[in-house]
Amino acid sequence: MSVAGTSTGPRMRAAFIALPLLVLATVVNWRLGLVLAVWVLGWWVNARLARLDTRAARLAVPMLFGVTLLILWEMTVRLFGVPGVILPAPSAIGAAFVANGPTLWGDFVQTVVKGALSGYVIGCVAAFAFALLVDRFDFLKRGLLPVGNFMAALPIVGTAPILVMWFGFDWESKAAVVVVMIFFVVLVNTVAGLADTQPMQRDLMRTYGASYWQSLLKLRLPSAMPFVFNGLKIATTLALVGAIVAEFFGSPVQGVGFRISVSVGQLALDMVWAEIVVAALAGSAFYGIIAAIENRVTFWHPSNRG
Amino acid sequence: MSETTAPIAGHSAGIGRSARISRQVARMRHTGLPVLTIVTALLAIWYLACVPMNAAQSVLSAARADVVVRPESPRDRREMSGLALAVLNPGVSITRAFTQDRPRLPAPHQVATELWATTAMVAPTSNKSLIYHAWVTFSATLTGFVIGTVLGILLAVGIVHSRVMDRSILPWAIVSQTVPIIAIAPMIIVVLYSIGVQGLLPKAIISAYLSFFPVVVGMVKGLRSPDAMQLDLLRTYAASGSKTFFKLRLPASTPYLFASLKIGIAASLVGAIVGELPTGAVAGLGARLLAGSYYGQTVQIWSALFAAAILAALAVGVIGVIERAALNRMGLRR
Repeated sequence: MSVAGTSTGPRMRAAFIALPLLVLATVVNWRLGLVLAVWVLGWWVNARLARLDTRAARLAVPMLFGVTLLILWEMTVRLFGVPGVILPAPSAIGAAFVANGPTLWGDFVQTVVKGALSGYVIGCVAAFAFALLVDRFDFLKRGLLPVGNFMAALPIVGTAPILVMWFGFDWESKAAVVVVMIFFVVLVNTVAGLADTQPMQRDLMRTYGASYWQSLLKLRLPSAMPFVFNGLKIATTLALVGAIVAEFFGSPVQGVGFRISVSVGQLALDMVWAEIVVAALAGSAFYGIIAAIENRVTFWHPSNRG
Repeated sequence: MSETTAPIAGHSAGIGRSARISRQVARMRHTGLPVLTIVTALLAIWYLACVPMNAAQSVLSAARADVVVRPESPRDRREMSGLALAVLNPGVSITRAFTQDRPRLPAPHQVATELWATTAMVAPTSNKSLIYHAWVTFSATLTGFVIGTVLGILLAVGIVHSRVMDRSILPWAIVSQTVPIIAIAPMIIVVLYSIGVQGLLPKAIISAYLSFFPVVVGMVKGLRSPDAMQLDLLRTYAASGSKTFFKLRLPASTPYLFASLKIGIAASLVGAIVGELPTGAVAGLGARLLAGSYYGQTVQIWSALFAAAILAALAVGVIGVIERAALNRMGLRR
């Protein structure tokens, strides 16, 4: 796929540029030289690994890149004495993560499980049911699709203060924000998916004398699944964003967004980063679960074959 | 679908109107009427919802004005839902639902009046003007969007041409899409503030950050969209790497670029708005939202929300127009 140059020319040239620069940096400031040396070393190992085409190498390269970045981050903070109120070192973040385990777990439950997940389920079910209804009536479809597309592009997160006012500070208002944020995304994708059958396939169902529900269940819903899952995957990220941002407008004394805004105020940045790690892990896991379900459901789709 | 049949078979064909106009009329009939119906229905639902939503306050103000309301004791009323109050006191709830000063749900015309009053009736430079606040937010959005897009395109070019970058950076760029990166926004603002950077730049950095990854992922997909046949053809021409890039890969990536730009500008706007929340910024649409929610000024919240929506729609629309023109010009439009 990629068009990487495999000749030795460019790499030699890169080495000729990199080495003198390294020496120069070391002379000017040995700390800078050390940091750059680690970077060059990591990059060099990666360049070697990237030429192997095994499964392990494919996994090792991004891992190594991530680890190199973490090491560089730690080194930079320590060597240059960056204050913790500007950028805490990864080790400090890890320590905060371990030390505040119960707090972080409580925040996770409050924001992700109660706020984002319940809103996600309600929003997806509602959007899916509505999509089936819209699909039944062509007039509704023609009218709602442009409106839905328009709504999906809007900064809906701005409804957060209104919904917090209506539903109170607890998780109900966060779930409401999540519902509003993901509704149109799932709706638009599902409606587009239900329209994605070929005339030949529909004709075949007609020659079988299939009823509306039979052709929906056996043909149109299965073939809509790649679109539906596309919407569901986008919605996972939106759900977390909605639940976190809604907490900036008021929340009980718990929750990822609440903790972030409070810890930022106290300049406890290691705690902020620990919450960001929680949010990142939750987001990736959420997405990964939906993607895994998608693989099971749409095993027949060309993108999953071979 | 109707476009293919309209010019010849349409009702107005051959009776003095040009084919183009008849096509437009047909398209209007195809989507215009349904969209209009839906929007009207939404507005009607909105007006209807105002009655129970604002019922508590309507009944309270009526009771203060010595109008007889059911149930008479305020304590009984407090425990009832808005819907029940509205059913018991239909006249009072309906007449007083749309004129409150701080309604729970402002009526559409109240929001429209506020929008008009804060855009057209005040000077755009005063801090009461929504245009001023929208500009504060939009300037940060645009700065960040341009930075994020340029960096994103550069990184995508690097990823497509270097196997190391492809293997080590692209997986992280894709994973980062699944992470609610907006959580970093408050920290960026405060950290930059503590080292003396404030104003437009911190918000722009958040915007750049949010528009960066969609552009990277989209552009990588676009730059790789030419198939083997096309690449082979250029190889038979003995085209150099840069020739292949400028004559094949870059043009082929344009549709993908515009698709990501639309996502990117919407994300940038959200970033700039959220960037205004944590520090108690005094200007900008996010600041208006926050101030409105502090003081219970619901009409102000709704008008800021609509201003943000209009801004997003305009920005995405402008990119759409440029997209159509560019793709038409390049003969890429399907």
